[in-house]
Amino acid sequence: MSTAVDPVLVLVLMLNFLVLGTSRLRAAINASALQGAFLGTLVVLVHGGFAVRPIMVGAAAIAIKGIIIPGLLHRALRDVAIRREIEPYVSFVTSLLLCAVATGAAVLFAGHLPLAPEHDGSLLIPASLATVLTGFLILTTRRKAITQVVGYLVLENGIFIMGVSLQEAMPSLVEVGVLLDLVVAIFVIGIVLNHINQEFASQDVDQLDKLKE
Amino acid sequence: MVVALFVIPLLFAAVAFLSPSARLRPLLVPIAGGLHLALVVATLWRGGDISAFDGWIVIDKLGRIALPLISVLFFLCSLYLPTYLRLRAERPHRVFCSSLLAFLAMMSLSISSHQLGLMWVAIEATTLASVPLLFFNENSRSLEATWKYLLVGGVGIALALLGTFFLAYAGVQGGVKASLLLEDLLRDAPLLSRTWLHTAFIVLFVGYGTKMGLAPMHTWKPDAYGEAPGIVGALLAGGLTTCAFVAVLRCYQVCAAAGDGDFARELMVTMGLLSMTVAGVFMARQRDYKRMLAYSSVEHMGILVLGIGLGGLAAYGALLHLINNALTKGALFIAAANIHRAYRSKTTDMVSGALRRVPASGILLLAGFFAATGSPPFGPFLSEFTIARSAVADSHFVVAGMFLVLLFVVFVGMGSTVLAVVQGTPPEDLEDTGFRDGLGTVGPALALLLAVLVLGVWVPSGLDAALRDAAVFVETGR
Repeated sequence: MSTAVDPVLVLVLMLNFLVLGTSRLRAAINASALQGAFLGTLVVLVHGGFAVRPIMVGAAAIAIKGIIIPGLLHRALRDVAIRREIEPYVSFVTSLLLCAVATGAAVLFAGHLPLAPEHDGSLLIPASLATVLTGFLILTTRRKAITQVVGYLVLENGIFIMGVSLQEAMPSLVEVGVLLDLVVAIFVIGIVLNHINQEFASQDVDQLDKLKE
Repeated sequence: MVVALFVIPLLFAAVAFLSPSARLRPLLVPIAGGLHLALVVATLWRGGDISAFDGWIVIDKLGRIALPLISVLFFLCSLYLPTYLRLRAERPHRVFCSSLLAFLAMMSLSISSHQLGLMWVAIEATTLASVPLLFFNENSRSLEATWKYLLVGGVGIALALLGTFFLAYAGVQGGVKASLLLEDLLRDAPLLSRTWLHTAFIVLFVGYGTKMGLAPMHTWKPDAYGEAPGIVGALLAGGLTTCAFVAVLRCYQVCAAAGDGDFARELMVTMGLLSMTVAGVFMARQRDYKRMLAYSSVEHMGILVLGIGLGGLAAYGALLHLINNALTKGALFIAAANIHRAYRSKTTDMVSGALRRVPASGILLLAGFFAATGSPPFGPFLSEFTIARSAVADSHFVVAGMFLVLLFVVFVGMGSTVLAVVQGTPPEDLEDTGFRDGLGTVGPALALLLAVLVLGVWVPSGLDAALRDAAVFVETGR
C-alpha cells in the first residue's frame, strides 16, 4: 500500500464537507465527481506498484464516477432554470457541523473495530464510514431531487472505499459489476429526473407529496 | 441448462423490445413465462443440487422452493397481461413488456446465486427493471411513487452492498481467504471475526429488509403498490419480496453457521413483530384498497422473518408461508386491479358494491382477504398456525400472544376496507367503464386462489419433504 493513500483519503473527506457546504448545484456535482476520480486513483495506490487489474478498475472508476455520471447530471440540470439549493431542510452551517460530528464518530467507531493488520492506523475504514454517513446526511437534508442524487453518489463513494480496502482479497469481477450497476442506476434516475422536470417544471421534492395517509 | 433460466427471459425481453407489433407483443410474455416454468420443472425433476460456473450458480434446497414459486406466479400473472393491456390500449407497452421479462430473469438469477456479490447485482437489477413497471401510467402520482421507490430502495440496496463488503472483511480479519461464495462462508464461518460478522448482518438485514419492505423501512411500499398496475403489484409483493427474503436467509445462514444464530434470530423476531404492528396501525381505516394490500404485504413480511426468528418448526412454517403469501398476493392484486378498472377509482369513497358490479372479482377479493388474514381453510391459516404452535411449544408465550393479537387487529382493519368495497350498492352516477369479468381477467386470480385453497387442506408429501429439507438447510447450512 502506497504512503499516498492517507493524503488522498483526507482530500476525499474534505470533499464531503464541500458537497454539504455549497448551495450551488454545479459545485456539488463537480465535488462528487472529483471525489469519484480520487477513488479511482485510490484503487491503484492501495495496490502499490503497477499491475494491470487495479489500473483497469481504477480507470473504469474514474471514467464512470468522474466523467460519465457527472455528465449525465449536468445534462439533467441544463434543462431546468434552477442553479442553487435554497432553504435545505437543515441549514448549511448545521449540516456542516453534523458532518464534522459524523466524521469524528466514524473515526472513533472504526478505532473500536478489530482491523486486519494491513489496515491498522490507516484511514481507509474511517473514511469509508464517514463518507457513507455524509451521503445519508445529504439525502435526508436536501430539497432538490438532483442534490439527493448527489447524496446517493457520495454514499456509493463511501461504500466503494470499503470495497477498495478489500480489493487484494476479492476478484475484480464484482467491482466491475458494481460500477456498471451504478451507471445503469444513475441512467434510470436521470430519466426519472427528466420526467420530474417536465411534470413540475422544478425539482423540489416537496411537490412529491400527493401520496400519503 | 441452468443458464437458460436467465437467458431465455432476457432473449424474449430483447425480442419484445424490438417487436414492431403492439398486438402480438403482449403474447410474448406468457410464452416466455410458460417456457421458464417448463425449464424450472425440468431442472427440478433431476433432483439434487444443481451447480454451474464454479459454484457461483447453485439451485439448492431453498432454490427448489423459491424458484418454482416465482415461476408459477409469473406465469399466471402473465396470462392476465394480454387482457389487461387491451383494457389499457391507450398506454404504450414496449418498455413495459421487456422490463417484465428482464425482471423475471433477474429474479431467477438472484435466487440461484451462491456468490453474494452476484446476488447483490441481481437484486439491484430487479430494482432497476421494475422502475419502468411502476412508471407505467406516467402521471405525477406514479412519478412520485417511482422516485420514492428508487431513492429508498437505492439506499437499501447500497446498504446491502456495504454489508456484503463487511462480510468479506470479516473473513480478511479472521485470517481466512476472503470469499463471498456461500459454500466458503458456511465452511469458514466459525473463523470469521465476530464484530464484523455482527455489523455485517445488521447492515445486510436492514438493506435487504428495505427491499422486503419490513417496517420501519417500508415507506416506499404503499406508494409503489398503490400506483403500480395490479399485475406489477402482484409481481413485487409475491416475487421481488421472495427474492429479498431469500437474500436475508443467505445472510442468516452464515450467521447461524458461525454459531451466532441467536443474535440474528432476536433481531428478526423484533423486526417481525414491529412490521406486523405498523401494518395493523396503518391498515385501520385505510380508504385506498391498493395501499391496504401494501400494508398487508408489510404484515406478511413480518410473519416471514418472525417465523425464521423463532426457528425450528416455525422456520418450516415461514417457508410454507412464503409460498402462501406469494400466491395470495397474486390473486388479491389481480382482483383489486379488476375492481380498479371497473370503477376507475381505488378508494372506498367511490367504490362500493363490487359484488354486484363485478361479482367474480368481488368474490375473489373477499376470498383473498380471508386467505390473507389466515382464515381456514386457506393455506396461510396452516402456515400461521404452525408458527404460533411452534412459538407456544418453545415457551415463547409473549411472542405467541402478540402474534395472535396482531393477526386479529389486521383482520379487523383489512376487513372493514374490503367489506366497504364489496358490500352495498354501486354508486348510481357511475359511468360504464367497459370492464367486464371474463376468463382473461378472473381466470389467473382464480387459479392462484385455488392453489392457496389446496395448500390449506393438503400439502403434497413431496412439497412437505422439500420444505423440511429447506428449513434444515437454512438453519444448519446442510
